[in-house]
Amino acid sequence: MEQMITCISCPVGCRMTVTLSDSGEFLSVTGNTCPRGARYAKQECTAPERMITAVIPVRGSDTPLSVKTRTPVPKALIFPIMEKLRETEVSAPAAIGDVILPDVLGTGVDIIATRNLP
Amino acid sequence: MTLSSVDLVIIGAGPAGLAAAIAARESGVESLLVLERESEPGGILRQCIHNGFGLHRFQEELTGPEYAWRDIRRARELKIPILCNTTVLSVSADRKVTCVSRDHGFQTLQARAVILAMGCRERPRGALCTPGTRCAGIYSAGTAQRFVNLEGWMPGKRVVILGSGDIGLIMARRMKLQGAEVLACVEIMPYSSGLNRNIVQCLNDYDIPLYLEHTVTDIHGRDRLEGVTVSRVDASRRPVPGTEIRFDCDTLLLSCGLIPENELSTGAGVVLSPVTSGAVVSESLETSVPGIFACGNVLHVHDLVDYVSEESFTAGQAAAAYLQAFSAPAAGAESLIQVADGPGVRGTVPQVIHRSCGREVHLMFRPSAVFRNSAVVLSCGGETVLRKKAMIYTPGEMVSIPLTGDQIAALKGDTLTLSIERNA
Repeated sequence: MEQMITCISCPVGCRMTVTLSDSGEFLSVTGNTCPRGARYAKQECTAPERMITAVIPVRGSDTPLSVKTRTPVPKALIFPIMEKLRETEVSAPAAIGDVILPDVLGTGVDIIATRNLP
Repeated sequence: MTLSSVDLVIIGAGPAGLAAAIAARESGVESLLVLERESEPGGILRQCIHNGFGLHRFQEELTGPEYAWRDIRRARELKIPILCNTTVLSVSADRKVTCVSRDHGFQTLQARAVILAMGCRERPRGALCTPGTRCAGIYSAGTAQRFVNLEGWMPGKRVVILGSGDIGLIMARRMKLQGAEVLACVEIMPYSSGLNRNIVQCLNDYDIPLYLEHTVTDIHGRDRLEGVTVSRVDASRRPVPGTEIRFDCDTLLLSCGLIPENELSTGAGVVLSPVTSGAVVSESLETSVPGIFACGNVLHVHDLVDYVSEESFTAGQAAAAYLQAFSAPAAGAESLIQVADGPGVRGTVPQVIHRSCGREVHLMFRPSAVFRNSAVVLSCGGETVLRKKAMIYTPGEMVSIPLTGDQIAALKGDTLTLSIERNA
């Protein structure tokens, strides 16, 4: 099985072709011009991850609170996590780094505040 | 009306103004004041809730508000006064700064030095000559970003993005994540001016199609936007009849370039560069008006806030040195080197270097097109001073070439020309 991806490691943006086994194991990559591309290709085709940032409503305020996942989470969980965040509301105060939702959807990753809410 | 005296007035408390203020204070400036028109410091970073800021400066990927907070916290430690909700109305060549606020009314401050750090604004619809009706539902991408991230409401449900600058790409993802449908991102050029990373993570991740060499050729809707027509363009960027695609949408976001906000600068008589739309500056970031400095996006539009901060630290230090000098340096007496854009290079900053400055200077510019396997060449007085090869130079990534004080002192001519040569 072949998959085409664009490398994001640098501005060159190599178009890479990744070959995967039927069970989804990484076999090889072509089209990359450096080892960073190969590393990215393997990660991206076997266990892609993304940081999620979002805003959630604050009780009694028009200004929402900006939040993020403390570390990247599996890409497949972007929409389930956004769904969870839509149901979440917070109250002031909060400070940068405060845990807003611990261990979101069992990922082991916390949702934390990225701004101060006095 | 009151006339108070301040050694240094900094206009804008975004990343540029904050860094300049911190550097000036750390360099010994006691009397300084930062003026900010918004209710809080932080500038555009306040609404940039995505991550990716600070990789160069802090070796971490921060969100915009987190990056801003590091400078705001430092400014507080240094007891730097920041006057928020204060709009500057004018700056004069003799550095009188007139501003207005609800709390303090109309004030004129006499400054000995001024740092311009007002940032930039987005190119509006009027500047794009887009045909069609003047209905509601058309916003700049940054305006939509403010609505969603700071004010907590969504501007629409079905969205088309015109222009593939980074703010447009970031907003494509934000609108999608917050529940809207994003139908297309339309770019008139054959390449995106946004980062690869944003093309992949903001468009490809969500199957949002990118139409290169396309533009919006009609806007439909009387009161509210109902749809847009998108057409392919030819090599001279004229729409090709018969290639029209209709998208039914209630929102059109414009991400078509940023323009330094220099109305105050021109009022003070500061000479602007027609290429950068920012001030013409020396290596100390001093403009053509003595004692008035400029840094950040008001000087030239940057890609990375890290470089804005770095440049603004230089401006803050230079303003401090200017204030500490007992007399102004004898103008004209010193040997100057003019910096010129050669083929492939646009908008090099600074435009003038003092030969005896004795410090490292970063020459920053944008490539005029995509160049693969090319080299940046610096030449002066018929000699090649420096060659810097790279696999790719693109208009989306500013190039920064450091020159040491010794290299500058050794230059043999009066004009330093930067160019990009292919297949070097």
